[in-house]
Amino acid sequence: MKDNYLTHSRGFLSWALTLDHKRIGLMYLVAVLSSFLVAGIMALMIRAEHLAPGADLVDADTYNRLMTLHGAIMVFLFIIPSIPGALGNFVLPIMLGAKDVAFPKLNLCSFYLWIVGALLAVGSIAAGGVDGGWTFYTPYSLQDGRIGVIGMTMGVFILGFSSIFTGLNFVVTIHRLRPPGMTWFRMPLFLWGIYATAILQILATPVIGITMLLLIAERVMGIGIFDPALGGDPVLFQHFFWFYSHPAVYIMILPGLAIISELIATFSHKHIFGYSFIAFSSVAIAVFSFLVWGHHMFTSGMSPLAAMIFSALTYSVSIPTAVKIFNWLATMYKGSISFQTPMLYALAFIFLFTIGGLTGIFLGSLSTDVHLHDTYFVVAHFHYVMMGGTVIAMLGGLHYWWPKMTGRMYSEFWGRIGCLLVFVGFNLTFFSQFLLGSLGMPRRYHTYAAEFQSIHVASSIGSFTLAAGLFITLFYLVHSLFRGAIAPANPWGGATLEWHCTSPPPHDNFSVAPTVGDPYDYSDLSYDPATGGWVSKAGAKA
Amino acid sequence: MSDDHGHGHGDPNLAHHWDTMDQQVHAGKFGMWLFLSTEVLLFAGLFCAYCVYRGLHPEVFAEASKVLNWKLGALNTVILLASSFTMAMGVRAAQLGNKSQTSLMLVLTLCGAGGFMVVKAIEYNEKFEHGTVWIGHKNSITGDYNYSPQDKFKDVEYAYPAEAAEAAPDESEHGDPKLAALLDTTVTPIEPKLGGGIVQPGVAPSGLASDDGKRVTTAPKLQNMHIFFGIYFVMTGTHGLHVIIGAIAIIWVLIRNIRGDFTPKYNLPVDLVGLYWHLVDLIWIFLFPLLYLINLDPWN
Repeated sequence: MKDNYLTHSRGFLSWALTLDHKRIGLMYLVAVLSSFLVAGIMALMIRAEHLAPGADLVDADTYNRLMTLHGAIMVFLFIIPSIPGALGNFVLPIMLGAKDVAFPKLNLCSFYLWIVGALLAVGSIAAGGVDGGWTFYTPYSLQDGRIGVIGMTMGVFILGFSSIFTGLNFVVTIHRLRPPGMTWFRMPLFLWGIYATAILQILATPVIGITMLLLIAERVMGIGIFDPALGGDPVLFQHFFWFYSHPAVYIMILPGLAIISELIATFSHKHIFGYSFIAFSSVAIAVFSFLVWGHHMFTSGMSPLAAMIFSALTYSVSIPTAVKIFNWLATMYKGSISFQTPMLYALAFIFLFTIGGLTGIFLGSLSTDVHLHDTYFVVAHFHYVMMGGTVIAMLGGLHYWWPKMTGRMYSEFWGRIGCLLVFVGFNLTFFSQFLLGSLGMPRRYHTYAAEFQSIHVASSIGSFTLAAGLFITLFYLVHSLFRGAIAPANPWGGATLEWHCTSPPPHDNFSVAPTVGDPYDYSDLSYDPATGGWVSKAGAKA
Repeated sequence: MSDDHGHGHGDPNLAHHWDTMDQQVHAGKFGMWLFLSTEVLLFAGLFCAYCVYRGLHPEVFAEASKVLNWKLGALNTVILLASSFTMAMGVRAAQLGNKSQTSLMLVLTLCGAGGFMVVKAIEYNEKFEHGTVWIGHKNSITGDYNYSPQDKFKDVEYAYPAEAAEAAPDESEHGDPKLAALLDTTVTPIEPKLGGGIVQPGVAPSGLASDDGKRVTTAPKLQNMHIFFGIYFVMTGTHGLHVIIGAIAIIWVLIRNIRGDFTPKYNLPVDLVGLYWHLVDLIWIFLFPLLYLINLDPWN
């Protein structure tokens, strides 16, 4: 077997101290998927509890902690670092035609910061008292006995720096490590999306950092900024928190949108439609995302004028988002679409993300938000965007780049079964929650009125289906590592640079500097049945 | 390390994924500027909290700021400005390859950092002795109050009417009844459980959550003094932490300089630490007037 990045060196330390972006990407992948598993099991326990109206499986305190930790782990440990940390780290330098990210040591440092932050956050379970939801709203998070809040917020602070360093690395890499010929408008759209995300990571994350420090100072010292008992203002905490956490929503979704642009083009075997519109819409979303944080606080006490401005700005985000969706549809139009697993996830993404986006309109308009605020409608909305959006996109990207990362093909049959179960299970779980929410079921409640039971049961059954789909996915992916067919260099017919190097890539990515062309020009590729991959026509003739 | 990063170019300072040293240096500086922007945003949160509370309680900020020792603050400003100058000279010397002058300038900068922290310690000590610090809180474990708010502000509360009495004649000469009313501290605290000095947001002049945005003018004056000190200690404390981090970074490049790592071609770390140090100074340039000079001599 040829020397590649996996076989380049051996031993524990060759991984633990590696500066290779591909290995760091793989370590991130294992780390974030483990968090996904832990927080996912918590979600299943929550759904199991809701099979019946009363308090059956867990007591109220345990329920509150499960609900809080599910949210905090999913948001801070899983979704935010998932695509940039795992797939971004692996793919970005190769797509760019570079040998590594700009600062490899900083890259490793941000992975270890993630580990430290994760240990602190998960360790705070032991201290107890993290039970007010992942938003840590004051004054509840300041009350007696909630010691775990300190560890959790310290963890979030450190995870924030992990995220900042990743973003900083990516911005400098894209600015300074583009090889000759790789102009801004020859970059694959994945890189545009990751670039916009990285800008957000750099400019928004410091604010959650200082907010968490102030919360710790408030808890430990009592500085009187957020605590109403000391003359502070709890609504100020909400403003600070959402000033980061709304852009953070786009830190989560922009990389997902970026992956979908790649998948749609590759599997339609057709040049992406409206390249520059998709590229600039990522930047536009990043800019808008800083101006809409107030829509989380329409019912927290806000002047009608400010509420109207935030509402209008919130609507405006739908424009660049719709630009992307219409361009994807136009790309597929008259394309030669192959329905392989990554494409199935991409199509599921468009369906789910559209529902997620459109239900956001209900929450962004002032009158309906009063009714829907803090109900299951909100829960369903952000799960459609975060899980139906980001997680589905990540699964699509994971299947897309899996042959490149591991050098093995997974079972296409089981891939499609898994995707189907995830799609059906997801819709059953969360569409029923739209119904619950519009009927008035408040979120975060341990028990509920008996008339909600049938819908709750439907939602729980959906969540178990979803879990079955995800576990099947886990099994066939792990299975492929040992029994999978050897992957060709270009199994899908992609034209971006990562398909030019072998699967898995060599240690230095490119032995010969790649020729940079149009990343969506598929005219040169033809399918080669002998290897099961796509090869360059020009290269085949020669 | 088994990864052979740093090979194949001849210059050991040039990592393998860069083509030229120039490219690497530019990337390093760009990365540092991005990092500095995150630092600015970190402090932006604090400045934002400052603005909000100064907007809500302007009279508290105007009065509480007088408790700070502006002379020590000014001294610290001079110290930091001078240290920025020596840092810039140090970067210059490193670029020229003048090793001993680089070391001298870095040591002088370190003296500036040390001097700043000493002055800051004197100031903090003064505040703690007089009890003009943040309000304190219930201990998370025992449920006791770490400080009793009355104890904390006893010096201020008792000392203040005397000061006011001195100031009052001046005002009556200028015939400013508003100011006299502002300085009236005889109103009794309204929250007996927590003691003097605390007004909850619903009663306080205004809060972000207040429904109509109108000031409740009947609230007692000059309460919530502790909020100014809470913000003062968080802002200067966070800044002081940055001074310490900066000093550690300077020690690191000083050691590397003495070891002879830097040449006129490769002195990037000195440059980057210099940038960081200038930012630390710059933040103080904003903190000093905003905290110390609010109401220094308003009657002239």
